Amino acid sequence: MKGNFIDNLPKVYGIYTGGFLAFIIIMSIAEQMGMTAKTIGICFVAFTVAIYAIIGYLSRTAQADAYYVAGRQVPTVFNGMATAADWMSGASFVAMAGGIYFKGYGYMALLVGWTGGYVLVASLLAPYLRKFGCYTVPDFIGTRYGGNLSRFLAVVVLTVASFTYVTAQINATGTIASVALDIDFKYAVYVGLVSILLCSMLGGMRGVTWTQVAQYIVLIIAYLLPVFWISNKMGAGFFPHFMLADEVSRIAELEAQFGFVKNSAENLKEVPKGLAGITKAHSAVNATPWAFISLALAMMMGTASLPHVMMRYFTTPSVKAARKSVGWSLFFIFLLYSSAPMLATLSKLSLIDPTLPTGIIGKSISEVQAIDWYQNWNQANLMFVSDFNGNGTLELNEFFMGGKAVVLATPEIAGLPYVISGLVAAGGMAAAMSTADGLILAIANAISHDVYYKIIDPKAETAKRLVVARVLLVVIGFAGATIAAMEIQGILGSVIWAFDFAMSGLFFPLVLGVWWKRANREGAIAGMALGLISGAGYLIWVRNGGSGFLGITQLTFGIFGSAVSLVAMVVVSLMTSAPNAATQKMVDEVRVPSGKSILGKQH
Amino acid sequence: MSKQEQHWEKSRGLLFMTLAIWFVFSIGIFLFGAEMNEVTGPFGYPLTYWFTCQGSLGAFVILIFWFANRQEKIDEEFGFSERGDD
Repeated sequence: MKGNFIDNLPKVYGIYTGGFLAFIIIMSIAEQMGMTAKTIGICFVAFTVAIYAIIGYLSRTAQADAYYVAGRQVPTVFNGMATAADWMSGASFVAMAGGIYFKGYGYMALLVGWTGGYVLVASLLAPYLRKFGCYTVPDFIGTRYGGNLSRFLAVVVLTVASFTYVTAQINATGTIASVALDIDFKYAVYVGLVSILLCSMLGGMRGVTWTQVAQYIVLIIAYLLPVFWISNKMGAGFFPHFMLADEVSRIAELEAQFGFVKNSAENLKEVPKGLAGITKAHSAVNATPWAFISLALAMMMGTASLPHVMMRYFTTPSVKAARKSVGWSLFFIFLLYSSAPMLATLSKLSLIDPTLPTGIIGKSISEVQAIDWYQNWNQANLMFVSDFNGNGTLELNEFFMGGKAVVLATPEIAGLPYVISGLVAAGGMAAAMSTADGLILAIANAISHDVYYKIIDPKAETAKRLVVARVLLVVIGFAGATIAAMEIQGILGSVIWAFDFAMSGLFFPLVLGVWWKRANREGAIAGMALGLISGAGYLIWVRNGGSGFLGITQLTFGIFGSAVSLVAMVVVSLMTSAPNAATQKMVDEVRVPSGKSILGKQH
Repeated sequence: MSKQEQHWEKSRGLLFMTLAIWFVFSIGIFLFGAEMNEVTGPFGYPLTYWFTCQGSLGAFVILIFWFANRQEKIDEEFGFSERGDD
């Protein structure tokens, strides 16, 4: 190909997308010719992971600015795709539609929160941090406020938040690898880890950027194709997003007809762990305004403080491009997030409407237990029925499902070919891998650049720095995988905690660093330390039976943490002396998009 | 007032406007969620429900592009715009 790689990007990824679609078609032909479901699953996961590994290998580099910020030449639209893949985790892909299916409106605060946060990213932070020219988020804190302690605290907050998040992602890659490749979860976690490291080890941010774009293409096809297919197959509408109003009101009608019967604690003991029934209205408002708003607000402020997202905007060629790139990121995220409620609606209606051929509510229990797909997913521990009231028919409150089943099982229930299930597995793998890569890289880069190079050994040569960065990448990956293999907490819970940790410690030190000139080192240190400690303290207190206050739960503890952080930062800043003239001048320069960045190209 | 101060004043004005619009779609609407859900919204969905799954999300996308364009105009006006790229 002529010209440099960047100019050829549309062509390269165009060919890649065409190749992937061709692969799907070949697989569906193979299915017709009798290839087994299991082989198809293995082909999908192995083929896509091999491609990411090749991209990771081709992106290898020995330069610091390529390793840390992909050479700052990623075009806006492609950076948008990479950010979207970075952002949408295994939880978004596999668990989000399930959450909406079970909890309806109250859960959808996460949709609003995980998109609205990008407005804060675009307007408050990303362009200014890009102008700053930092390699990592602690790089900004350390230079703006000065001193090793502030830099180190930023690394601590970053590590706590990202590590909480990354174990969940490695867990998700392990789950998918174990199902698709049919190996034990304990080993599958390490298969997932090796795939993740293949993308990031050699090329750092450059490798991660180009694999994330490839992963976005796989995951968005894998999510949208089934949604459109199911909608058309059910006759619900050609374009589900605009045509499901009848289905939504039909669900409300059925809910009124069945009612939400509460099961006794004794009956619920029978239900396998992790499965849930439908207990909340689908489209009606079922949460108090504060419950909804506090969750959305926590997720929005968390979005603006999570370093693996912020550092994606360090890779754009200019400040202007960084702003636009945030818009593209959100557009690509919007494509998936706006489809999740549609999938939840289709999935729910196809299961509970007795007038549809796939509906199971109202059928006799023995009839349901004889259905093929029910048996498959019951075996996979994702579906369960029981005749609590002994009348022989399945009622709404007697049907239980795992959150993942909405994405994983709906294609099969709707009667789509198995090739779609293989595709969905590849998509889930792509989503979890891309997020894990971004997070592991964020932690390893912060420790190698900010702790090792900036604090311990400022004279280290580039080659040595990059060796340290890569060793840390592997160590952190293995630590994450080891904890993931222990399966301590659920995927979604720990994802939400990560947002709360990040906002507790970093939101105000970052924002005030740009928007409040008077903010100084002492204030930032107090803000980070007290914010993180009080947030974590609140979480521990509520987890151990504490009552909490102001309706702040263990999912929104960041609201308390960040409030403490704000107060501490303002009070301490005002009690101590104003930052020196050089720092004030630096803030002035950050606010002007043109001209040189604060930190040099190589630093 | 120096050129730089004027530029920052305008940028700050744009920020407040952006955050005000952001507030309406991320928080304001949901203060009246129950009441608004009685109304039929676009494409026939209940109104608040529509905002949670499409309306607010789409508004954020448009808001960011609008903000980016306005900020670029402000930068150009004061000669702080960067050359080329995208």
